[in-house]
Amino acid sequence: MKSKNLLIVVLALFLSIGFAVHAQDNRTLTVFAAASLTDAFEEIALAFEADNPGVEVVFNFTGSSDLATQLSEGAPADVFASANTRQLLNAREAGRITGQVRIFARNHLVLIVPADNPAAVQGLADLANDGVLLVIAAPDVPVRDYTDTMLERLAADPGYGEAYRDAVLANVVSEEQNVRQVSAKVALGEADAGIVYASDVTPDLVDDVIVFPIEDAFNTIAIYPMAVTNDAAEPELAQAFINAVFACEGQAVLVKWGFISARPLTCGLR
Amino acid sequence: MPHRNFKLGSLTVWLIGGVGLLFLTLPILALILRAIENRAWQSVEAAVIPEAVYLSFITTLLTVILTALFGTPLAYLFARFRFPFKRLLNVLIELPIVMPPAVAGLALLVTFGRRGLLGPILDDLGIRLSFSGIAVVMAQTFVAAPFFIRAAQIGFQAVSREIEDAARVDGADGLALFFRITLPLSSRALSAGLILCWARALGEFGATILFAGNSEGRTRTMTLLVYTLFEGNLDAAVWTGLLLIGLALMALMASQWLAHKTSTDESES
Repeated sequence: MKSKNLLIVVLALFLSIGFAVHAQDNRTLTVFAAASLTDAFEEIALAFEADNPGVEVVFNFTGSSDLATQLSEGAPADVFASANTRQLLNAREAGRITGQVRIFARNHLVLIVPADNPAAVQGLADLANDGVLLVIAAPDVPVRDYTDTMLERLAADPGYGEAYRDAVLANVVSEEQNVRQVSAKVALGEADAGIVYASDVTPDLVDDVIVFPIEDAFNTIAIYPMAVTNDAAEPELAQAFINAVFACEGQAVLVKWGFISARPLTCGLR
Repeated sequence: MPHRNFKLGSLTVWLIGGVGLLFLTLPILALILRAIENRAWQSVEAAVIPEAVYLSFITTLLTVILTALFGTPLAYLFARFRFPFKRLLNVLIELPIVMPPAVAGLALLVTFGRRGLLGPILDDLGIRLSFSGIAVVMAQTFVAAPFFIRAAQIGFQAVSREIEDAARVDGADGLALFFRITLPLSSRALSAGLILCWARALGEFGATILFAGNSEGRTRTMTLLVYTLFEGNLDAAVWTGLLLIGLALMALMASQWLAHKTSTDESES
């Protein structure tokens, strides 16, 4: 009997702690953001919360295509930050975005391999080698769109050609739902190579992977747009958050995490 | 039989039960309505579905076979024998039931992956498990087998020792005893356990996508296909989801028919 009472008390304690934690925050800002923005946005959010006491920024980080689908099904959000314009347009077509869209960052692709380089990949050319375990994102995930564009450019180049692209695609062993899962599989050593954004090589990952840059001629510049949703619960806060990302301090944070600033001249960044 | 009056008590039971029924059936109805509303069948690239269906079918079949093969002796051991650490081991083999599938996938990766515990050994043998169809079967078996083992264990325990002892007196022992007496008497529980195992394997997602990856034709089962389609083409996802439900429904009905047939056979003989 006594242990039963103890269990009830413990459960009640847990529940009340949960309520107490929630009671403290007056306003919640819900931000749907591409997985690649995880570290940069979390840091910007910390500063934002410090500047706006009583505000909690809650994130939903996953592939922008998943986010667009969730938004089109009515998922509540105040801000949508996508890794490409296509998914933002999808959200707009679904009626969730009616206001101004701002491009707040840019990115580009890199090739990563595990630190011990099990398939001895030294660059893009080696991706077509027999038996290379290549992991990329699934179709509709922005980084996959950018990868496909890159492969198209390579296929059009006489140095690589269509056969190269076919061989590379044949080496794909898994198509992940967001770019961070691609980088995770490479860092774990399960994949031989992966195509991710330059910004995905975070300090956590830097010891576990080798980064190969991709020439500008084949690379793509990823464009990150952002907007307030049409039915935001906190429209002023949402706009304030966008302003914070767009401000030079926010841009500096993005550059710190490997992105390319949308305002390099004004903010004196890269 | 006493006639049941329509009291307030039974009304409450009907209401509460009704809410539960609604909760369980409404989502499926909503899927069907959405599919019809948006003509979902037009949205799917016809080629991807048969591949995924085939993959789901083959992998779950292998899972069920492996589970029956290895799970039955294991369940029998737990049901009939005593050995050190029995309670602890029993809890351990039931752990995958409560383990979040993603954690199960991670655990499999850390064990059988290239850098995993058995990674070097597998490498020497020239075997690569991750990103393969075998990995799909392994993931499904890991999360689904405990359902069968649990059901089988209970089924075996329900076979009274007296019947087994009586059979022993008559000369049956070992395998003969098992196949002639214990197995037929516990067949209902075993079948139910296998169907549960199969159902869990069919719906398996988290462990599969982590350990086996997501690759069309090789590891993209129906469940993974729905998730992949969800990103770009919601209607296609709805349609594929309905197909999956339809398949599961057919199998469930088949199992109901089998169970009914078994019980009528039993009552007739």
